[in-house]
Amino acid sequence: MSKVENLASIIDRFGPHLHDEPYGGWSAERKIDKMVPTHCPYCGMQCGMNLLVEKNHVVGVEPRYDFPVNEGRLCPKGVTAYLQTHHPDRLMYPLIKRNGNFERASWDEALDLIVSKFKGLQEKYGKDSIAVYSGSSLTTEKTYLVGKFARLGLQTRYIDYNGRLCMASAAGGNNKAFGIDRAANPWSDIPHAEVLIIAGANCAETFPILNGFLWKQRDNGGVWIVIDPRETATARQGDLHLQLKPGTDVAVANGILNVLLNENLIDQAFIDNRTNDWEAAKTAALNYPPDVASEISGVPAEKIIQAARLYGRAKTGMIMHARGIEHHSNGTENVLSYINIALATGKIGSEGRGYGTITGQGNGQGGREHGQKADQLPGYRSILNPEHRRYIADVWGIDESDLPEPGVSAVELFNKMREGEIRGLLSICSNMMVSLPDINKVRQSLEGLEFNVCIDFFLSESARYADVVLPGTTWSEDEGTTTSGEGRVIKINKAIDPPGEAREDWKTLQEIARRMGRGKYFAFESPREIFDELRIASKGGKADYYGITYEKIDKQDGVFWPCPTEESTGTPRLFEERFAHDDGKAKFHAVEYKGAAEKPDEEYPLIFTSGRIVHQYLSGNQTRRIGFLVQQCPEPFVEIHPETAMKYKINDGERVRVISRRGEGIFPALVVKTIRPDTIFIPYHWGEELAANQLTNAELDPTSKIPEYKACAARIEKIHSRELPILGEVRKGTSRSEIQQGK
Amino acid sequence: MNETMFIDPQRCIGCRACVAACRECSTHKGYSMIFVDYIDRSETTATMPTVCMHCEEPTCAMVCPADAIKQNEDGVVMSALKPRCLDCRNCVNACPFGVPKYNSAMHLQMKCDMCYDRTSEGLKPMCASVCPTGALAFGTYEQIVPLRRTKPVNAHVFGNQSVKTKVYMMLPTDADEVRIEGCGVFEGQVAVEGAPAVGESWIDAQVEESDKSNEF
Repeated sequence: MSKVENLASIIDRFGPHLHDEPYGGWSAERKIDKMVPTHCPYCGMQCGMNLLVEKNHVVGVEPRYDFPVNEGRLCPKGVTAYLQTHHPDRLMYPLIKRNGNFERASWDEALDLIVSKFKGLQEKYGKDSIAVYSGSSLTTEKTYLVGKFARLGLQTRYIDYNGRLCMASAAGGNNKAFGIDRAANPWSDIPHAEVLIIAGANCAETFPILNGFLWKQRDNGGVWIVIDPRETATARQGDLHLQLKPGTDVAVANGILNVLLNENLIDQAFIDNRTNDWEAAKTAALNYPPDVASEISGVPAEKIIQAARLYGRAKTGMIMHARGIEHHSNGTENVLSYINIALATGKIGSEGRGYGTITGQGNGQGGREHGQKADQLPGYRSILNPEHRRYIADVWGIDESDLPEPGVSAVELFNKMREGEIRGLLSICSNMMVSLPDINKVRQSLEGLEFNVCIDFFLSESARYADVVLPGTTWSEDEGTTTSGEGRVIKINKAIDPPGEAREDWKTLQEIARRMGRGKYFAFESPREIFDELRIASKGGKADYYGITYEKIDKQDGVFWPCPTEESTGTPRLFEERFAHDDGKAKFHAVEYKGAAEKPDEEYPLIFTSGRIVHQYLSGNQTRRIGFLVQQCPEPFVEIHPETAMKYKINDGERVRVISRRGEGIFPALVVKTIRPDTIFIPYHWGEELAANQLTNAELDPTSKIPEYKACAARIEKIHSRELPILGEVRKGTSRSEIQQGK
Repeated sequence: MNETMFIDPQRCIGCRACVAACRECSTHKGYSMIFVDYIDRSETTATMPTVCMHCEEPTCAMVCPADAIKQNEDGVVMSALKPRCLDCRNCVNACPFGVPKYNSAMHLQMKCDMCYDRTSEGLKPMCASVCPTGALAFGTYEQIVPLRRTKPVNAHVFGNQSVKTKVYMMLPTDADEVRIEGCGVFEGQVAVEGAPAVGESWIDAQVEESDKSNEF
C-alpha cells in the first residue's frame, strides 16, 4: 500500500493554499501592542525586521533601519514572511496516519506511538535502524539539540541535514584551503573591493539584499565580473559576464590563474609567506591557457584574459560564490580553484580583500557548525578525532565509547532507506520530496520506511509520507540564534506564543528523548540554556562560540565567531594574520578539470541546470502558500534559447516535455536569449509533477557529498495539447507513485 | 518636505519587494500603488518600476472635472478625494506615465501618494525602504546625488507634451530628459511599415494580469 493514498484529500485539508491577508484582514483597525525586532526566517542574509504584534497575533511588518546588514531593506519574501504565522494551512495539533488518512491525535497518543515504534525497531534491527534528518533553517540551538538528540536520545549514528544539499562544497573547500569554514570577510568589506568576482551566484534572485553592498561597491567605482551560464539580473548588471557551460568552472578559474601567472599578476611574497603547495597549483594552471579554458568552457578567451587582468591588476578584490559552482560532483574542486586565485594574488585577509560563500539557508552557517552533520560534533569538531570525541563526551556526561561513529550524508541516508538498513525516520525542517535530487528514488525511500515521523509547521510534500506529524513553530514563536552568511551570530526573538497545540521543536525533541529513557541529557528549560551548553561544547573548537551571549548579540548587533572569551567582541574578518591550519598557512590545491558526471550525448543533447527564483524559498513549503509570492511566478518554467527553441519548433509559452535519464516533467517554455543554446534551466521550488528534481542527478562530490544539481544531460520534446494532463488529474485518489507504476 | 523619490532603472532586479511592501501601507491596505514590468523578457532580465512621478503640473489633476485630485504644499499629488471622485476615469486615461488606477469596489481613483502618512512623520515610503538595490531611493537631492554615478533627470517629453516631475530618474550622465517616442500619433511620427510587432512574454502577462489593466 502506498504511503500517500489520498493525495487530493490531503491537499484539500493541508494545502498548499494561497493566503494573502494579515490576521483580521487588510481593513482591520489596528492597535499594535508591540513591535518585536527580529530577523527574516529565510536566506543567509538574515535581514533585521520588526514584527507588528496585536493581541498575540503577528499582523504586519515594519522595516528595521537599525540593523546594519539591511538598514530597512527587505526582499519580497521578507516583506510577506509574517503571513505564514497565522496561515490557515498551519498544523495545529498532532496527526497520526490511519488507513491512508491523517487523523487528529493528542500529543500523548502521538508521542507514545513514536516511542513504542522507535523502541520496537531498535530492538529488532539495532540502534542505527532509525535516522534523523534535519535542516539549516532551524536555530543554532535546535541544530545543536538535534545532533545531541540523535546521538544520545536515539543513540543512532545516522544523522545528516539539508545543508548537505547547499553549502557543503564551500565547507569542503574552505576547510581544505583555509582550515576553517566561514566567509573570510563581513559583507561590509564588499564596497571596499575594486573588483568583485561573483561565481555561480545570482544574488539578484537568491540574496537580494546583498545587492545593496554590491551597488555600494559600484558607486565607489568598483567593477563586477559575473561567471554564470545564464545572463541573470546579476550578470546583466555586471561589467563583464563569463557565460560558461555548466560544470566547467575549474577550466575558467584555472584559465584566469594561468593569465595571472603569465602576466606576473601574482603576489609572490604572500604566496611565500602565507601559503603552502603553490607549485602544485601553478603546475596544474599551466595546463589551462586561455584558449584551452575557452574551448572547454565556451567562454571567449579574451573574456578570461580580461577578467584576470581586471582582478589581478586591482589593489583590492573579493571572490564570492554560491550554489552555481558548489552543486557539482566536483563542487569542492570548483571552490578550491577559485580559492587558488584569491591566494595567488594575496587578495585575502584585509578590508576589501577577501573570499566567501553566500549561504542559501537562513542558518546555513550555524547549522553546519554544531553537530547535525554526519561526521561532526559541536564546535566544528570531528567525530573521528578521539580528542574531540572525549571533549564532547565530557560535556554531555557520557563515556566516549557511547558516542556513535560517523553516519552517512543526506543522499546516502536515503539510499540506506531503500536498501532496508534504515527502517525509521524522524525529519524536521526538511522537505526531501522537493529538495533532494532524483526524487522518484526518494519517494521509494520514504515508501519503504516502516515508521516515519515529521516535525513541521506546514504539511510539506515529504510530510505526506509520514506516519506521525507533529506541529512545530514558525520563527516568530520561539527564540534562538542563527549565524548569517558572513558569520554573524544574531538573535531571533519571540513575538507570540505558538498557536493551537503547536509546540516548540526543542520541547518536542526533549520529550521524545525523555520517553526513550534518555531525559537526563535533555533537561533544558529554555533556548538560552541550550545555547549556554552549546557555548561550552564549542569552546576550543574551530567554531568557538564560548564568548557569545544573548546580551552581547543584542549589544553589538550580532557577534562574529570565533569569539573564544567573554572579553572578546568576535572576529568579523578572518585571516588577517594567519590561516586556521596548524602552521597558520593556507593551502593551494592542484585542480584538474573533470566536468559534470553526466555529459550531453546524442540521446540527451542538452545540459540541464536548476536554481532559484526570488519569490520562492528552497522547497517552497513556506513560500508556495503566500498568495503574493505565488502570483509573481505561479509555476516553474523551462528557459530555452531561441536557437534551440527553433530547432525543436517550440514557441514561447508552449508546454515542453523535459526528459533526463531519471525522470521527466512538462513545463511551459520561456524562450529567452539570456541562456546558452546548449543549456536549459528550471527553477526547483516545486514538488510532484512540477519538480525539477525529477530530472537531476544524485551523483555526489567525494569530499562534500553534495549532489550534482547544476549539470546533467537532458532532452526536450515538443508536445501536443492532447498529451497535456488534465488539471488535477493526478490528484484523484491515487498517489503519484502508483500512477507511475501503472496502477 | 525636501525629500523625494529617485528611480534608478539599471539597479532594478525585478524582485517586486516594493510591490509587496506598498500593500502594507496603512492608507491603501492591501493594494499596491507601484508596478514592476519586464522590459522585454525574451531579450533581457531587465525590469522597471513605475511609481507616481508627482508632476509639477499634474495632468491627472488638470483633467479632473470634480477637482478631486489635490497636490499638497510639498508637491505630492494625492489620490482622489473620495467624496468628490466621480468615477469618470479621466485621470486614469490622461496620465502620461500610466500610473493612476481605478478601484471599482471603492469607486475611487487611487495612486501612489509617496506614502504621505509615513513621509510626513519622517519615515521613508515603504517601497524605497525595502528596495534591495536602491533602484528606488528616498531622500533629498543633496543626500542621494553625491552617492551615485548617474544623473538625476526630471524632464520628460511625451511626443508634444513636456512634463516636469518631483520624482527623479537616475540616467546616464549625458541625458537631460526622458524622451518617449511613438506613444501615439504625433507630428513627425509615423508608424514604420513592416516593423515586427513586439510580443509580450507570457510570463510578464501572467504575473501582471492585474497590473496591466487600469483597475484594481
